[in-house]
Amino acid sequence: MLKVSREEILDGKFERVLNFFRSRSLWMLYYCTGCGAVELPPTMTSRFDMERFGIGPMATPRQADILLVTGYVSVKTLKRIVRSYEQMPEPKWVVGFGSCPVNGGIYWKSYATINQLDRYIPVDLSLNGCMPRPQAVIDGFVNLMEMIKKGEAVGYKKYRLNYEWYKRNQAEVLERTEPVLRPGIASVAKAQETKKKISIVEGVK
Amino acid sequence: MLLSVVKVLGHAFFVMAVGLLFMGIGRRFSARFHRRYGPPVWQSYIDVIKCFSRKSISHHWIMDMGSVMGLAGLVAAAMFLPVGRYLPFQSTGPIIVILYLMPIGYLGMAMGVSASGNPLASIGIGRALTLMLGYEVPFATIVLCMIAAFNSTSLVALGQAQQAGFLSWNIITMPFGFVAGIIALQAMLAEKPFDTMIAPSEIASGPMVELSGKFLGLAFLQHSVGIFIETGLIVTLFLGGGPGIGLFILKQFLVYMLSLAINAIFARYRVEQATKFLWFTAGGLAFIQLVINMYLRSGTI
Repeated sequence: MLKVSREEILDGKFERVLNFFRSRSLWMLYYCTGCGAVELPPTMTSRFDMERFGIGPMATPRQADILLVTGYVSVKTLKRIVRSYEQMPEPKWVVGFGSCPVNGGIYWKSYATINQLDRYIPVDLSLNGCMPRPQAVIDGFVNLMEMIKKGEAVGYKKYRLNYEWYKRNQAEVLERTEPVLRPGIASVAKAQETKKKISIVEGVK
Repeated sequence: MLLSVVKVLGHAFFVMAVGLLFMGIGRRFSARFHRRYGPPVWQSYIDVIKCFSRKSISHHWIMDMGSVMGLAGLVAAAMFLPVGRYLPFQSTGPIIVILYLMPIGYLGMAMGVSASGNPLASIGIGRALTLMLGYEVPFATIVLCMIAAFNSTSLVALGQAQQAGFLSWNIITMPFGFVAGIIALQAMLAEKPFDTMIAPSEIASGPMVELSGKFLGLAFLQHSVGIFIETGLIVTLFLGGGPGIGLFILKQFLVYMLSLAINAIFARYRVEQATKFLWFTAGGLAFIQLVINMYLRSGTI
């Protein structure tokens, strides 16, 4: 389904030099969808001090390198996440934060959330846990830095190569028109009742 | 001819490099205020190289022109600032020319950024230009003080007049003017009491809101050149300039650290509060200094 061949994503020599600088200066845009907004401030401020690695928060998608999606992703949120992701200039990376972007977490049966974020935008790194502690966050970011330095974090190239596939998956969720909840017995009965009423009214006419 | 071109280019790169180094050390210094360790001192160089290595989105050709014009205006101003006694080409260091060239930085930024059409950027630029209106008043009054005291607008002559020793520095002879100058410097650098134009949590970093990749890199370089010129002006006007390049840069560094220390402990003014403070408090202090200087010079007011 996904086409990623080695030749298509391999970097040139010059890119490898630039990848060192990219890995040492990561600016992130954090999309706090509900959870995770509590774990980030201690990671950034004096207790754990993320800025030691050159990682800092940025205000807008245009300036950011990493999109940090924290917590569950509801369908409405997904629309905004895709929009923010497409506004970011390349190279860009996505970090899924917590269990919910991986497999839905405790919301996996919910009608309003999506289960796998990776089906809609390419996730480079997932931080497991509900929620991950700041130590885990920093450990994950150090891993991401290693991946970028080696040229292994290629999510944005995957997105470009498989654009139709991602767009189709997004459209499945975002352009859904039929009701999400299956009509139960009560609603079916109600519908029949209204139909009957309409027919009666038409009969009177 | 070729030599002077090399000299000018070399000076421009030197100014940017020093400004970026100051920014890097400054980030570490502010981090110590928060009881953090902060990034390595060369972090700003890495940031700039990374910014230039990214793809960037231009909204209009005016955006390209404006970003370049902002940097060019400030670099041109840096050419007239004597570093110690060194100047890239023969001039007297005319302070009026520097005062004319410095706003080009902001105006270029305003042009480039408002071409992007983002409303937050327009708000940020409006605030930046209002703030410029604010700090020009005390700063121009300080320049008038200098003219009243030394009868000269040349920065080289002003530096030489203070070479007799520590007691001949203008910080001793014009204390009110120095305080006004530090307040104006804080506004020029857009540090904390006067950072209404940036305000990341309020208007999403203001003028920088649509800048991506190379444009952000240019904005970084512009800020680094701005740091060099503005601290350099304070050093030349009040702290005796410097006989050597090393001493001059050391003094600049101390002034910048003072500015960051003020930045670390203050909260943010609203833009009209900031302008009022700059006009009345800082402007008033500078005006008192001007009156004193006129009196000392002529015996009567």
